[in-house]
Amino acid sequence: MKTASRILTAFIFIFLFAPIAILILFSFNEAKSLSVFSEFSFKWYRELFRDEATLTSVKNTLILASLSMVISTVMGTAASVGICRLRSKWYRRMMDTVTNIPMTNPDIITGISLMLMFVFAGRLLGTTTSLSFGTMLIAHITFCLPYVILQVLPKLQQMDQSLPEAAQDLGCTPLRAFFKVTVPEISPGIITGAIMAFTMSLDDFVISYFTAGNGFQTLPIRIYNMTKKTVTPKMYALATIIFFVILALLLISNFTGGDKKNAAPVKG
Amino acid sequence: MNKKIALVLALVVVFTMMLGCGEAAGKKTLNVYNWGEYISDGSEDSYDTIKEFEKWYNETHEDTVHVNYDTFASNEDMYAKLSAGAVSYDVIIPSDYMIARMRNENMLLPLDFQNIPNYEYIDDNFRGLYYDPDDQYTVPYAYGIVGIIYNANEVDEADADGWNLMWNEKYRDRILQFNNSRDAFGTAIYKLNLDVNSTDKAVWDAAYEELEAQRSLRYGLVMDEIYNMMESGEAAIGAYYAGDYFTMLDAQADDVDLRFYYPEPTNYYVDAMCIPTCCADKELAETFIDFMLSHDAAIANAEYTWYASPNRIVYTDEEYLEEMGEEAIAVLYPEMEDFSALYNVYAYRNLDQETLDYINTLWENVKIN
Repeated sequence: MKTASRILTAFIFIFLFAPIAILILFSFNEAKSLSVFSEFSFKWYRELFRDEATLTSVKNTLILASLSMVISTVMGTAASVGICRLRSKWYRRMMDTVTNIPMTNPDIITGISLMLMFVFAGRLLGTTTSLSFGTMLIAHITFCLPYVILQVLPKLQQMDQSLPEAAQDLGCTPLRAFFKVTVPEISPGIITGAIMAFTMSLDDFVISYFTAGNGFQTLPIRIYNMTKKTVTPKMYALATIIFFVILALLLISNFTGGDKKNAAPVKG
Repeated sequence: MNKKIALVLALVVVFTMMLGCGEAAGKKTLNVYNWGEYISDGSEDSYDTIKEFEKWYNETHEDTVHVNYDTFASNEDMYAKLSAGAVSYDVIIPSDYMIARMRNENMLLPLDFQNIPNYEYIDDNFRGLYYDPDDQYTVPYAYGIVGIIYNANEVDEADADGWNLMWNEKYRDRILQFNNSRDAFGTAIYKLNLDVNSTDKAVWDAAYEELEAQRSLRYGLVMDEIYNMMESGEAAIGAYYAGDYFTMLDAQADDVDLRFYYPEPTNYYVDAMCIPTCCADKELAETFIDFMLSHDAAIANAEYTWYASPNRIVYTDEEYLEEMGEEAIAVLYPEMEDFSALYNVYAYRNLDQETLDYINTLWENVKIN
């Protein structure tokens, strides 16, 4: 039984990481091919850092992901507080369902309907182009928002509702009580929500594709558009770098997260 | 926890600052919409077309221009965005049948050839083609012919004969077919020597029968996956564009020996530069089109994309001919009596909706395993 589970684990790891390992290996290939490894070289890394269009699209992706993360986290936390305070059970359930719709809706439908809406609004306002960085940002906030609410709302519901009330009894204004008591209590939910929003925005392709305007293309769109010819090995190099950056971030957060857990009981 | 929040905030500040300095200082802006990987972009020490244009414009016009260069993955994607008024571009480079459609829908502006003096170098064969019979709207950028690529280590030279190779029982499970309806049905219709733009359902039924007969011989339906499959020897036979054959040849594995030939008849296509009605600065757009035809830019783009150029400056240039090599030139520029005559018969045209729907229904059946 034990060996069987080990074999299974090994298989899962192979299937998860073999594609990434191959990608990393071929990012160091001198030749352009995915089938022949000619010799070790940093050629594609050099090419990558000289390719301004790709670097711009990476920058665009990061700007978009950061902004939509911040805005959707703030909006999502505020929305959660509102939903949590709803008295009517029926109303609260309705809000839950409404926020879940964008998550279960296929991306392609969200993307096309957002594009149609922006075009419609653009026509009403009489602009020459209806899509821009702004519309893409709105689209990203739209699909990130439910993930933030999904993370924050349970934390709010778990929290002892009398805590902020006690703070107000002791002289805090409601706003001060919220920032001093509620926010620290629900901060794990806020942070997870923010991270989810960031990653969702970072790797979204379908919705971005339909809402991207002039002169602002994200990395996934750029890679997709390369398929008239083959995707160049520069992209393997970029994917390798992204993989290691994320790995490093995960390691850092795991180590620091561990310390916090040990320290947590002191607070209580 | 506070540290984490501080980290997140710090990152946000950094990114928002990057946003501020991202804007280029150019006074004029030119928006160009082209296929991905379809222009020489400075990689591997090639010519950086967009940058060179900005530099050249600055030197000759005492004015700065900033080019927003965006890419699309298919004619249909480009059409959807432009026709909805979702985006606006000054120069676009679609394929022939899409140009015909956009022209019918009044989405293109007639060009002022006074501003495009280099148009004189466009070969007569590429004038008066069906999508722009009066040469008012377009300047051809590149053209191509579909051919059959095969691995000579597996395939007998004697079998490399017309479209029959793609239906040869000897190579069961080694054959690749296009994964889009028009091109896949195209191969069957050319094999049967019928009209590829027919509105007669019988023609499409006959082509469907051919694709069904090929089903058990096929390794798969592919688009750009064909590159890796042919380069590595995973599949042995496939139809694709002449220019792309050289991209594959460049990366083929040691035990693979890719060869290429043109079956007859076959598909011809032209991609051309045009100016959509949403263009904001027509003169600037025409200046850009003219620049794309000039010596350095035209040659660099032809070398980068490996597609044939309709521009005399390119295919008569000694350095270009030498750089490409005799074999490549022979394949890319086959001797043809009259390109425009062949093109006007065998190129894809825009079909009416009823025929397109019928083809799509048949195609669904082809795709079902």
